[in-house]
Amino acid sequence: MIPMLLSGLAAIGFIAFSAMFLIWLERKISAWIQNRMGPMMTGFHGTLQPIADTIKLLLKEDIVPKGVDFLSWWLAPFFVTVPVVMAFLVIPFSPKWIALDLNVGVVYICSVTSLCVLGIFMAGWGSNNKYSLLGGMRSAAQIISYEVPLLLSVLLVVMEAGTLSMQGIIHAQSHGWFILKPHLTLAFLIYFISATAEVNRVPFDIPEAESELVAGYHTEYSGMKFAMFFVAEYTNMFIISAIATTLFLGGWQGPWLPGVVWFLLKSYGVIVLLMWMRWTLPRVRMDQMMSFAWKVLTPIALLNILISGWFMVK
Amino acid sequence: MGDLVTINMGPQHPSTHGVLYLELQLDGEVVVGCKTHLGYLHRSIEKIAENRTYTQFIPFTDRLDYLASMNNNLGYCLAVEKLLNVAVTPRAQYLRVIIAELNRVVSHLVAIGTFAQDLGAYATPLFYAFSDREKIVELFDSICGSRLTYNYMRIGGVSGDIPAGTEQVIKDFIKYERKQLIEYNELLTYNAIFLARSKNIGILSKEAAINYSVTGPILRASGVKWDLRKEEPYLVYDQFNFDIPVGTVGDSWDRFKVKLDEIEQSLRIIEQAIGAIPEGNPVSKVNRVFRGTGEIYLRTENPRGELGFYLVAEGGFNPTRCKIRSPSFSNLSALEELIKGLNISDAVCVLGSLDIVMGEIDR
Repeated sequence: MIPMLLSGLAAIGFIAFSAMFLIWLERKISAWIQNRMGPMMTGFHGTLQPIADTIKLLLKEDIVPKGVDFLSWWLAPFFVTVPVVMAFLVIPFSPKWIALDLNVGVVYICSVTSLCVLGIFMAGWGSNNKYSLLGGMRSAAQIISYEVPLLLSVLLVVMEAGTLSMQGIIHAQSHGWFILKPHLTLAFLIYFISATAEVNRVPFDIPEAESELVAGYHTEYSGMKFAMFFVAEYTNMFIISAIATTLFLGGWQGPWLPGVVWFLLKSYGVIVLLMWMRWTLPRVRMDQMMSFAWKVLTPIALLNILISGWFMVK
Repeated sequence: MGDLVTINMGPQHPSTHGVLYLELQLDGEVVVGCKTHLGYLHRSIEKIAENRTYTQFIPFTDRLDYLASMNNNLGYCLAVEKLLNVAVTPRAQYLRVIIAELNRVVSHLVAIGTFAQDLGAYATPLFYAFSDREKIVELFDSICGSRLTYNYMRIGGVSGDIPAGTEQVIKDFIKYERKQLIEYNELLTYNAIFLARSKNIGILSKEAAINYSVTGPILRASGVKWDLRKEEPYLVYDQFNFDIPVGTVGDSWDRFKVKLDEIEQSLRIIEQAIGAIPEGNPVSKVNRVFRGTGEIYLRTENPRGELGFYLVAEGGFNPTRCKIRSPSFSNLSALEELIKGLNISDAVCVLGSLDIVMGEIDR
């Protein structure tokens, strides 16, 4: 009981810290890309900026607009945040550091992370705002569509490793990362694109498209509720990067440094890639994105499974 | 057809470029109806003109198209000069051309940056464009002491000569901006997502463009080669070599590309003008107070299209009527037809490509 509690606390602590770090990192990376300095005033190179932001958000008045659907409005932030915490259960930071090495770890993490869409749609529906509703509907359509190619690409990794356990998949990569095998490189690309859509990042940031929908599903949220959406978004980003690291980049394996360092380095590397994309690319349109998921990514992923599967059983 | 949803886009909305209010009828995400509401920035500038002397009204023209204040100043001053028969020294004419073209570059940079922002390229192109713009804004600051509302042109010339070293700064800027234009092409123009978002979106045909009396880059993007600097040369524009970029399809991408190409052409004009500035006085010897009679309409090529001033004078110190024909107003009128049947994302794209400035629409 006690170790479980402790690991839960550690996970929540890590989520808070990681989200803060990522927010700082994103502001810095965007600044570097745009020839700016980014936050500089609070602490060394603005490192305390996220804390200042948190304090500001905590002290803000919690505004409830008229006519909200009370239950879904109040529950939405929790429905977005809780799955994120749950996903940390099976993330293998190092050979020892994993809260629970489920033998269906991959299935668990994929199903838990896709619960977020529920919270997003509740927020869009409950806000009593047309922009929020559009954002929520877009988000539901997007996340559900991209779940398909994402799971298909993950399936290939499972076929290759022969196990559903997160640690097992890492052990299967002890003779070479999965990303180095051609059919899995393709799977990684599909995973990366779908995961980008899954966490609503540019070029797939359609649900919260600022220039169209103001802020999408969280337009009406302020203060700490908004912060919960924000933390969930950034932690989701960490989770998809952690999954990419585990499934394709050899997890915690690496020379000299301890496993946890390798794991975090690889995960944050993937995140930096996501941020780089965000500050460079424009946004695609809703219908373009949907047809890309169903007409391009899904067939490729299916063919990939079919062909590599045939080679595997041959 | 399902139930229609009415969405009030604006007056406060991230991508309506000011206080434009669009009442959109949506069927799902498709725009089936659009009603434009104006007037949130109305300051009755035309009426103010009737109560000021000719010189006093110049600062108010700054507030029309606030991204191209110099060009507005120029248009108004040219109209008054024609009305009152004021001669302008050659040096002033060259300075005016250089300044007006620099302002055109700046204005197009903002248009490009905000258009990319509307397409969801988060802030990066906008910051690139604004840091280029900053160089010119600082130059204008050193010339006339102001960063946005310049009030630099005067009836009969300009308010003062350019400070020493300005020519070198402008030459450096031309070199720098040419490199930047390559970067914009790499970052935006030929980016696959950018093309997918703006190609064949909001096609404005030649005939429709003329019927809506659309002018400027938007008219030229539809394939009409019409530029007042060539057709009715004012100042000394007939002495320079430059091309008029035209589009082929008239879609949002063409409107973007024409603006990008016009920056290069403006740089060419500045390059030629800067080497040929004649010596002399930048201000003609004119009266302090003007009185005149008559009617005059004069149009100039502003960054956003034709800016026309119609002045009626009946001998007093101030005009009895001043009508301003602002380019953005006519350009915006094409919006309702263009965005019908488009996705809401494309509607934002079309609005961004029309590049309106509310200051001159509401006046």
